[in-house]
Amino acid sequence: MALRTPSLRRIDRWVPAVCVTLAVLVLAGCAPEGYPQTTLAPKSDFAELLDQVFRRSFQLATIVFFLVEGVLVWALFRFRGKPGDAEPAQTHGNAMLEVVWTVIPAVILVFIAIPTIQVIFKTAAVPTDNPLVIEVTGHQWWWEFRYPEYNLVTAGDMHVPLGRTVDLRMTTADVVHSFWTPQLAGKRDVFPKRDNRLWFRTETPGVYPGQCAEFCGTQHTRMAFQVVAQDSASFVTWREGLAAVSAPAPGPVDSAAPPPNPLAAQGQQLFTAKGCVGCHAVTAVGAPTMTGPNLAGVGDRTHVAGGWLPNTDENLARWLHNPQAVKVGVLMPNLGLTDVEITALVAYLRSLRAVPAPPAVALTAAGN
Amino acid sequence: MAHDTAHAMHPPTATGLDTRKLAIWTFIGSECLFFATLISNYLVYKGKSLVGPLPHETSQCLLHGQMTTCEPIFEIPLVTFGTAVLLFSSFFVVLALNGAQRGNRKQLIGWLSATVVCGLFFIGMQVYEFRHFYHKGLGYTTNLFGSSFYTLTGFHGTHVTIGVIWLATVLVLAIRGKIPAEKSLNLEIAALYWHFVDVVWIVIFPVVYLMR
Amino acid sequence: MATIAMGHAGAEAAYAEKKGLWSWITTVDHKRIGILYGVSAFLFFLIGGLEALLLRWQLGAPEKTFLSPELYNQLFTMHGTTMIFLGVMPLSAMFFNYFIPLQIGARDVAFPRLNAYSYWVFLFGGLILNASFLFNAAPDMGWFAYANLTSKQYSPGLNVDFWIIGLQILGIASLAAAVNFFVTILNLRAPGMKMMRMPMFVWMSLITQVLLLLAFPIITVALVLLMLDRNFGTHFFVPSGGGDPVLWQHLFWLFGHPEVYILILPAFGVVSEVLPVFSRKPLFGYAAMVFSGCFIAFLGFGVWSHHMFSTGMGPMADTVFSLGTMLIAIPTGVKIFNWIGTVWGGSIQFKTPMYFALGFVAMFIIGGLSGVMHASPPADLQQTDSYFIVAHFHYVLFGGSIFGLTAGAYYWFPKMTGRMLSEALGKVHFWLMFIGFNLTFAPMHILGLNGMPRRVYTYSADMGFGFWNAIETVGSLILGLAFLVFIINILKSLRSGAVAPADPWHGATLEWSIPSPPQEWNFAVEPTVDSRDALWELRRTKGVLPEPARVSGRGIHLPSPSYWPIVTAFGTALTLVGFLMHVTLWVILAGVAITMFGIFSWAFEPADH
Repeated sequence: MALRTPSLRRIDRWVPAVCVTLAVLVLAGCAPEGYPQTTLAPKSDFAELLDQVFRRSFQLATIVFFLVEGVLVWALFRFRGKPGDAEPAQTHGNAMLEVVWTVIPAVILVFIAIPTIQVIFKTAAVPTDNPLVIEVTGHQWWWEFRYPEYNLVTAGDMHVPLGRTVDLRMTTADVVHSFWTPQLAGKRDVFPKRDNRLWFRTETPGVYPGQCAEFCGTQHTRMAFQVVAQDSASFVTWREGLAAVSAPAPGPVDSAAPPPNPLAAQGQQLFTAKGCVGCHAVTAVGAPTMTGPNLAGVGDRTHVAGGWLPNTDENLARWLHNPQAVKVGVLMPNLGLTDVEITALVAYLRSLRAVPAPPAVALTAAGN
Repeated sequence: MAHDTAHAMHPPTATGLDTRKLAIWTFIGSECLFFATLISNYLVYKGKSLVGPLPHETSQCLLHGQMTTCEPIFEIPLVTFGTAVLLFSSFFVVLALNGAQRGNRKQLIGWLSATVVCGLFFIGMQVYEFRHFYHKGLGYTTNLFGSSFYTLTGFHGTHVTIGVIWLATVLVLAIRGKIPAEKSLNLEIAALYWHFVDVVWIVIFPVVYLMR
Repeated sequence: MATIAMGHAGAEAAYAEKKGLWSWITTVDHKRIGILYGVSAFLFFLIGGLEALLLRWQLGAPEKTFLSPELYNQLFTMHGTTMIFLGVMPLSAMFFNYFIPLQIGARDVAFPRLNAYSYWVFLFGGLILNASFLFNAAPDMGWFAYANLTSKQYSPGLNVDFWIIGLQILGIASLAAAVNFFVTILNLRAPGMKMMRMPMFVWMSLITQVLLLLAFPIITVALVLLMLDRNFGTHFFVPSGGGDPVLWQHLFWLFGHPEVYILILPAFGVVSEVLPVFSRKPLFGYAAMVFSGCFIAFLGFGVWSHHMFSTGMGPMADTVFSLGTMLIAIPTGVKIFNWIGTVWGGSIQFKTPMYFALGFVAMFIIGGLSGVMHASPPADLQQTDSYFIVAHFHYVLFGGSIFGLTAGAYYWFPKMTGRMLSEALGKVHFWLMFIGFNLTFAPMHILGLNGMPRRVYTYSADMGFGFWNAIETVGSLILGLAFLVFIINILKSLRSGAVAPADPWHGATLEWSIPSPPQEWNFAVEPTVDSRDALWELRRTKGVLPEPARVSGRGIHLPSPSYWPIVTAFGTALTLVGFLMHVTLWVILAGVAITMFGIFSWAFEPADH
């Protein structure tokens, strides 16, 4: 057996000290600022309830952690063996201790169980305060949002009004996904041919990021969405603007509102000619679910390509140039578009805004 | 059948039970979970089929390329008879084992043969039943009832088949005089497996065939 | 009469008759089978570790393109599947094989050829599962393969099929071994070794076998149903035919939750051996440890849906499973406190096995606490499917199982090989592993709580996840280094390590009463036992024990080697492979024929030949 050399003895002393320091730093790094998708800064009633239960269990867990690890580490120092030690007392156990350390954890658990059960039932209750129903459908790899109250459908950005409960009825068009926007709600999985429900109400305006949280195939990573929480006036502006975006399909001439500039007009023609209409609707009103996301309002969405690619002209162009290169595995094929065609299409898509706004302002996913 | 080490057979065991007997009971315990899962699967999907044929009700089903009204598909009298045959076979193997333990070769061979014949009859009944169902429009993939029914009873039938092969092997050994009284455990272990297969059917029969 | 030097030469002589590849292929000796499991499992574990390093390299900074999405998904799936089924489980099997017979005073397991069969089936299963990489069709849908992503429609390639077949083969190996060890522990104990005198490792192993026996049939059925859906057109999990994907989750987790106890209990057992020996006092609360182990296993079958809190089961179901899960924390806590009670008041010997055993306790406390946090559905709705969960299960599986099994490796290496591992390298290994492990997995708690979902191949730069991911990647490299040190320690010690006496640690259990490594028959004379910690008791009554002699072994009857186990194993694997490639009937029939031929030949093989 190798002897313990002096250098090793030093390792045994300073490594534990370093570890403890690191642990403290790690705990300090828990601060939620800088994390747009954090669960630690709830902004809705639902998320607030979840957070309360979490904090209770986290506090108790932290106390138990320091107590138990502390006793362990203390024991290692106090009872470290020295050469020539006599055989220690051969204790076999202690019945009273067994009882104590069975009962105390049980009591601690009660302090977690009670708020747990309360919140489970509270969050399961169906909202009765005239909620806004939004039908959410997961697709590989984008999120669809349908507003029955307004007969509107959109994708990627889910606009919600402040101060009104939002009642989500959720399903999927293909495989199991999970809807997760941490600052507003816990997760809810979505299943085919089934409705799962989730509700929340927020009073804080902002753009809250969310992501799919159930592995759903190649591009599960790129299946995101944003919840845009706006005051009532802005929300009305948005939905009325969305309803006004209309289709490029040929119909009675006066019902098709021409896009504002000739490049966009060219793009509008290409949209039909290149077959985009086959998968994407450009009217939000009463539109059916299609293979691809509804593009009414895409001009001023925060992101495209499944809610993750920032909605800039450059990104749109990249996407149209070759979707497979940007997000391999998506259903959208490479249409072999020329750069000229792409420029026109981008202009057209940019024109499909729900809210006419100064061009310099772009919505970002700031979180707060 | 010559088995493993002397260790398994001769020295006293810590529980007092023969090691091979303990092993077959352990295996049977595990297999109970296997069939419990298959039966649960059947029950979960009971009444959830989108089309017929159905076990106890008339339904709309696809027959010869056309949607028609289909009768309930189970033939209870036939299966009841098959169940009885299987139950009797367990009784017969007990008699065979009794013969083996008492060194009565004639009793052993006679009743063991009867057991094997019963097992074969049961398998034949199932094959007939499956073919009959298939002709009445219940394919393997037709509906959830068909899928879960054929999977459950198919696996049971496979276990019966393995049991028949096992018992037949012991029968051949018995005919060759290789199952004297000291080696009756060889039959006992096969018989335990056979009883298990029977017990599983005793659960399947009411749950699948009789329950509505 | 036998000195250490003589013992070493004797070790060579004892195995002289059984050298060469054929002797390993036909071995039915539990010790050799244990070594086969150990070497194979360690190699698979290294593959799983390499997969992890690749994942961590990809995640080290935002928007990296080191791995394509498809490859990433294959690697994370295979990492999980490999570590669980080809890493932790067979590493535990190495110790079951080698030490259960020794600790109960037996010459071998109840069914030595069945034991060999289990190993070969495991090896074939592991090879087939990894062969999927050669077809660029490694499983890529996550190690729990949720329906209906796994349906033919959404996973048209062979990836899912490889996973199904691989796991099915491995399941057969586990079931066969479980029957074997269950019967061995119950029936082959030495005279006087009542159940409540068994070493704690044997107890935990016994409970593990029960879990295996009851849980694996469930996954067997689930895999069959999935395979039928994919290859035979059924709709068990396919919604268009009325099937319900949630059923898959129920079936999987009915298996999956007991499975995690299968993964941790052997490590519990190892640590319960090491802590007393290196504290020089008995395990505190033996009976409480036995009963808590049984209680955990029993309850473990009732909490499966705590993996499904986000599926919307309804408040009643959520409540029931939440309470059940919290309940399991109680016996788990009892164990932790009893381990602390074991070292308390002792004379702690800081040798490498003890380092890892203590590391186990410290890390498992953390993993257990995060587990309690998930037990509450409201909290779990934020935590599930995030890196907080990834942190939890790595703390219990790596900080728990791997640290525990590594303690076992250092503890039992001298017995298995007749050599001591280097204490110096062992300490370096420990600290590298401890630091690397915590650096890799502690920040995952932070990332999860701050919104990083799991199973993502990258993340945007503006999410804030970059810093801790970079730290974790550095940590993973340190872990890689730790294992390199371990391998160097093993290779160096095998070649030139100090010769190990029979009992280098002053152990309490029977394996330390025979030479290192043991002779083929284990005990020259069958031991009799009249208390727990049999060897300590023996020393108390008889004083210092002499170094056990190596004897000739004449007159000791041992099971003969046989090639029927590997033949039958091959038939079994072939049968299942037939279901892999578009269900090729002739392959299946050939496999069945070989299996039946193997079984019959095995059954009629004379006991001595």
